[in-house]
Amino acid sequence: MSAVVTASPSITGRSVPGAEKEVLAQLQVAFGSKLKDAKIVRERLVQLVIDRADLVPLCTYLKDTLGFEHLSCVTAVDWKDHFESIYHIENYYNGCMVQVNAQIPYDDPKIATLTGLWHAADFLEREMWDLMGVEYTGHPNLTRILLPEDFKFHPLRKEFAQEVDRQYITRRKLRGGK
Amino acid sequence: MSAPLIPNLFAVCEVLVLAIVWIIDQILYALAGLIPPLTGMAQWFDPVARQRLGMGPLESELLIVLITWLIAVTVIVIWATLVNLLTMMWVERKFYSRLQDRYGIMISIWSLPFWPFNRAGRPTHRGTGYLQNIADGVKLLQKENITPRNADSAMFHISPVLIASSTLMIFAALPWSSGFYVANLDLGILFIFAAFSLAPLGILIAGWSANNKYTLVGGLRAAAMLMAYEIPMILSVIALVFFTGSLNPLTIVRQQDRPLISFGALSIPAWYVFSPQILGFIVFSVSMMAEMERIPFDIPEAEAELVEGWTTEYSGMRFGLVFGFKWLRMIAGAALIAILYLGGWSGPVFTTLSVGGVPVPIVPEEVWFLLKIYLISIVFIWISWSVPRVRIDQILNIGWKKLIPYSLGAIIIAAAAIASGLWSVG
Amino acid sequence: MPEFWINMGPQHPMTHGLWNMKVKVDGETVTDAKPEIGYLHRGYEKIMEVREFQKNVVLTDRLCYVSSITWSHAYCLAVEKMMGIETPERGQWIRVVALELQRVASHLMWLAAYGPDLGLLTGLLWALRERELFLDLIQLMSGARMNQNYPRVGGVRNDLPDNFEAMCRRSIEHFLEKVDKEYQRVFQESKVFHMRTEGVGKISAAEAINWGVTGPNLRACGVNVDLRRLDPYEVYEEIDFEPQVWHDGGAGDSYARFVCRFNELRESCHIILQALEKMPKTGPYRVKAPRRAEGEGYAKTEDSRGEALFYVIGDGDDRPYRVKIRSPVFCTMAATPIMLRGNKLADSVAILGSVDVCVGEMDK
Repeated sequence: MSAVVTASPSITGRSVPGAEKEVLAQLQVAFGSKLKDAKIVRERLVQLVIDRADLVPLCTYLKDTLGFEHLSCVTAVDWKDHFESIYHIENYYNGCMVQVNAQIPYDDPKIATLTGLWHAADFLEREMWDLMGVEYTGHPNLTRILLPEDFKFHPLRKEFAQEVDRQYITRRKLRGGK
Repeated sequence: MSAPLIPNLFAVCEVLVLAIVWIIDQILYALAGLIPPLTGMAQWFDPVARQRLGMGPLESELLIVLITWLIAVTVIVIWATLVNLLTMMWVERKFYSRLQDRYGIMISIWSLPFWPFNRAGRPTHRGTGYLQNIADGVKLLQKENITPRNADSAMFHISPVLIASSTLMIFAALPWSSGFYVANLDLGILFIFAAFSLAPLGILIAGWSANNKYTLVGGLRAAAMLMAYEIPMILSVIALVFFTGSLNPLTIVRQQDRPLISFGALSIPAWYVFSPQILGFIVFSVSMMAEMERIPFDIPEAEAELVEGWTTEYSGMRFGLVFGFKWLRMIAGAALIAILYLGGWSGPVFTTLSVGGVPVPIVPEEVWFLLKIYLISIVFIWISWSVPRVRIDQILNIGWKKLIPYSLGAIIIAAAAIASGLWSVG
Repeated sequence: MPEFWINMGPQHPMTHGLWNMKVKVDGETVTDAKPEIGYLHRGYEKIMEVREFQKNVVLTDRLCYVSSITWSHAYCLAVEKMMGIETPERGQWIRVVALELQRVASHLMWLAAYGPDLGLLTGLLWALRERELFLDLIQLMSGARMNQNYPRVGGVRNDLPDNFEAMCRRSIEHFLEKVDKEYQRVFQESKVFHMRTEGVGKISAAEAINWGVTGPNLRACGVNVDLRRLDPYEVYEEIDFEPQVWHDGGAGDSYARFVCRFNELRESCHIILQALEKMPKTGPYRVKAPRRAEGEGYAKTEDSRGEALFYVIGDGDDRPYRVKIRSPVFCTMAATPIMLRGNKLADSVAILGSVDVCVGEMDK
């Protein structure tokens, strides 16, 4: 356990000032080369960019060693040439939040699941599979959650047309009128 | 100490029947002038002619007796169901809506759309609300009676009839004052409890026959709960019988009609609630609340989980029967509590005059009885709408593990009181 | 009787909102549960990519329609973080007042729904009667009782009217008296209520954190996490309030959840009174936000039901590129099978009611 956490092993409900610098320092010590980009965006927020292969070791380190016990959010973004799976992980002991951006190639949208570490990933990853089509390998029950079971598309992808882009063709036009 | 308004229901009904017979007789005599063979029939109906011809009095003819009984039963049934049921439903709906800080039902005669009630400028929905229940009944009458396809049709149709008829049978043996009753049974209380206990069978049949998971669960829960709560009820009545020595409701009330302690003009009457029977009273009231399926014991009909419980599949007037007879059972239950523990229809001594030896009521017994029934019902309604519902296993816990030992304790107390001479029978 | 699956929902009088909970019962005991959601999915994240930043506030209002200002405010906060602008001080105080009023209204709606779940039908009408007071205040402030479209990127839509403070104090005084006298007695001092809610729906603190439960549900397990204190936003650092945590060991049952949410009613009223005193009397309440923005921003707020997180990515256009909505009820729903297992079927309504499900935000 690092100094950041052992100073207050119980949850006090208040954040520790300066915690994000210590967290960033420890992450750079542990994973220095694998972090493509690591910076402090503002107080209590650390942002990391990694490749998808380093996800599980990094998250295991965050959870077990640094005490980041709360997986807040799993997001998947479609950047048209690659996917990105973004994790927001929170530490209740010092109020710090780590944002992990994991880059995923476009034609192989698979990434390891985090349900082994945080059960909160269960529903959150299912939602991203459902809406974006990013497959989380090792997920116990990767089925559609919000959309019907037999829905064929992944609607949040940029290739799935927006409502305003779909042309509304009037019947008159179809018959050859104006 | 108090006098009934109708000293003898049969006498009143007989007078009514004889009056009708007299009118028919005059018509027949008038017709006999035209059609001579009708004279014989006219003379059969005429008491003077009967006496002259040496036939027995008219009152002893089987036909007249049957018609008198029919009218008496009809009077009781109409009184109990129509007037009291409607009034009790109105009292409940108004009372609990006032508890909830709202006006409550407000449809009254001023909402009727014809003359002389549809006055212009008069608000139509600001009345007392008495006609709302009639309107609800009419609405249910004109709805379609749906039977689920896979339901056991015979049982499905029989069970509302079973519930309704067993509840009405109670009122055959339940007196409303010392003269207003149909049947004076020596085992009246036993008969009333037997009729009360037929309804759980009807509820179980209703729940099972509708072929629906929810009604099945509701019906089984109802059967378990009602069976569990009948035992402490009957045990506390057994404790009461130690004191009364009789199961006749008229006798029980007559025994409570004397003062226990007198403070000059005022006195505490010898109601059984002021005697060592108080434990039995508490057990009996709690069990009666469960038997009437009121919140906190209304888990069979718990709309939170089971939509409507065992009545889910009923529509139209069948639903109206099972739904409305819940209030009738409440009236019967409150009446039982009043008779057994609260002195029935006995009132204070200053409410009767003695005119030539005949007690003439200022406030008749029926009024005291109704007052007690409505007060007990209001207490039940108040409790119902202020507490949450108890879970089924907790209900059964209370019934089997708490109320039965208390009622056995009541029996022991009653036996000890009699044996030690603290209280004498009767 | 063998075990069989019962559907509680999607059409059920007491699962508030449109969702389905399949429970596997063995007699009367629940052995397993499986929530099925998505009946109210409206495709929010996709729609929000088409509209401009400010126009999305109309949509975020309708995410959780019972507690709309808190959701729109979370979105506006995320966009502001992305654009790098900050609301002026009076605007922040007005936002705090609006949020806490909405929180009270939302908790009262939960209370009104929880009473009938347990059979206490009087609770429905009393809680709705008090909610009218707060809806009147919200209407005075923003013009509408529900789906108000009040927060703006950079502040709020309009200033507080002149008679707002007097009316607010009067309403809150009346309400606090009612809470102490009537609600306390009918709910908490009722033995039957304790019988129904104590010991049912237990979840331990470690499990709750692992499954992502937040908000009053987590504080009921004894975990002292309130985002207004842990990660303050707006002017919550200057307000003196106590997060309502269950102190008697790790209960985590329905009664603890009830008490935590119930006490938040009082706390929110104290916060509103403090804010009315401490707020600067004059000043700008809104800053003009740029039309186009690039970057990313996230905002984490303490919604009535837990931790609401908005993550907005902009790519230089005047619409967002990606909006991600993290709903607290969505994650708590994953944890409900743990709460339901081992309890009776009749308890399932008490448990699900105490978790405070709002389907609008769960299904997006």
